[in-house]
Amino acid sequence: MRSREEEKLRERLRSVIELCRSVREAGLDPFSVDTDYVLSIIRKFFPRVRSLEDFCLDAEALKELSSVLEEQGNWIEHQSTSLYKDPFLIEKRIREMGAERLAEVFLRSWHPIVALEQISTTSLKNSMEYWKDLLPLDERWSREEPRVLETGRASLEEAIRLGFISERDFALELETLWAELRGRVGEEGKIRYWDFIGAETYEETLWRAFLTSFLVSYGYATLEVDPVKEEVYLLPYEEQREAQGPTKSIPIPVDYEEWRRWREREGGGEGEPTQGR
Amino acid sequence: MERKGRRRGGRAYSRKIKEAVHLLFFKRHRLPGARGWELRKELGPEFPEVLEALDTYLRDLDLKVTRVFDEPELVSGEPTREQLMEARYYITLRGTMTPKTAKMCGWRIDDIAGLAVAVAYLISKRGRAPRADVERILEEKLPGWRVDVNLDRYIREGYLGEDDKGNLYLDWRSRVEIDQKQLVSLILGFRK
Repeated sequence: MRSREEEKLRERLRSVIELCRSVREAGLDPFSVDTDYVLSIIRKFFPRVRSLEDFCLDAEALKELSSVLEEQGNWIEHQSTSLYKDPFLIEKRIREMGAERLAEVFLRSWHPIVALEQISTTSLKNSMEYWKDLLPLDERWSREEPRVLETGRASLEEAIRLGFISERDFALELETLWAELRGRVGEEGKIRYWDFIGAETYEETLWRAFLTSFLVSYGYATLEVDPVKEEVYLLPYEEQREAQGPTKSIPIPVDYEEWRRWREREGGGEGEPTQGR
Repeated sequence: MERKGRRRGGRAYSRKIKEAVHLLFFKRHRLPGARGWELRKELGPEFPEVLEALDTYLRDLDLKVTRVFDEPELVSGEPTREQLMEARYYITLRGTMTPKTAKMCGWRIDDIAGLAVAVAYLISKRGRAPRADVERILEEKLPGWRVDVNLDRYIREGYLGEDDKGNLYLDWRSRVEIDQKQLVSLILGFRK
């Protein structure tokens, strides 16, 4: 069991390690560390080293102290160079000098860089396009007066045509697709992703892929990726499930070329394009 | 006489001098200037001689080619080939600026004085000191609200840098543009 005195000594050693480290890392005056004091703490602690942990602590303290001593050596070396000037004297002079005098001495030691900024061809092209599309000032700054609009009624067909409401009932379609997925998986309980979403037209395929993404997100099915065969499978659940643990996104490209290749493999040829949704 | 010799050398490198002007005057990266290895690639192995000839041309325009090492303290005597390749070369003003010109470049007298204080203080602390200490000494020269604004400006413009521990240090632009020895000597030479 560790005595209270040993614990206190350990704590002191930790704090001197921290002090040495902060001086080294911040590049502060290394002479602000009282090396004799640090050494006395290390000397007191060493005879009581009992565990590997204590031994490491002792070694760390010695390492940090030697780093500070090295910094002190560098500091003395720097003081012997022509650039070294007494920091106290510099601070004193700075305090005595007025702003104008300081600016004057700075200007006598300042040789600013000469460099030119230039515009690249790409930036020039982008700027021209922006300028071309920019509306004239009188149009941009013109105040829009509130306009009185006549209210009217729209038929259901018109609302569908304008895209305000969907032609299909989303929830119902999701239910139907889930039922279809459960029905189409074989004994393995899974089906290839493309075999399920693929349809006669590219637009229908996109719609099925869209709905399928909701089936997976809402916990009606899951995806299984076979990295060796580079295949993605869909596995339906019998009941909706809550996500367990962190979830991840799996991006699956459903592009036209991929759909065409799938159609060719299926022997269906290129389907008739239909009205996009 | 020596000048004439240099001019003759300059003529021999005339095409390469033009290339060096393009490389050094036009900013192509985030920082102006070019590294030694970039210049060697474009100008060939004799790029130090080309730069010397360019420097001679620039003398009449009060400009010069300035070479800055990343770690100047490691360069003692003649720089090694590797140090020359890694060094960055800039075109700077050979002489100095008048307060009037500095004002026209967007520097108020207060801003310049603040920069002088910050740089001189950091030099005295071997190039690095806690930001709070620099702020404290700046507060004696600038109104409190401007201390932070000015320090941020010096950092933004590359004169000072700030590490994640809140210490300020002299950044690349101070190394290029400020004759640190001269600044400290002038400050120490001040008499009331």
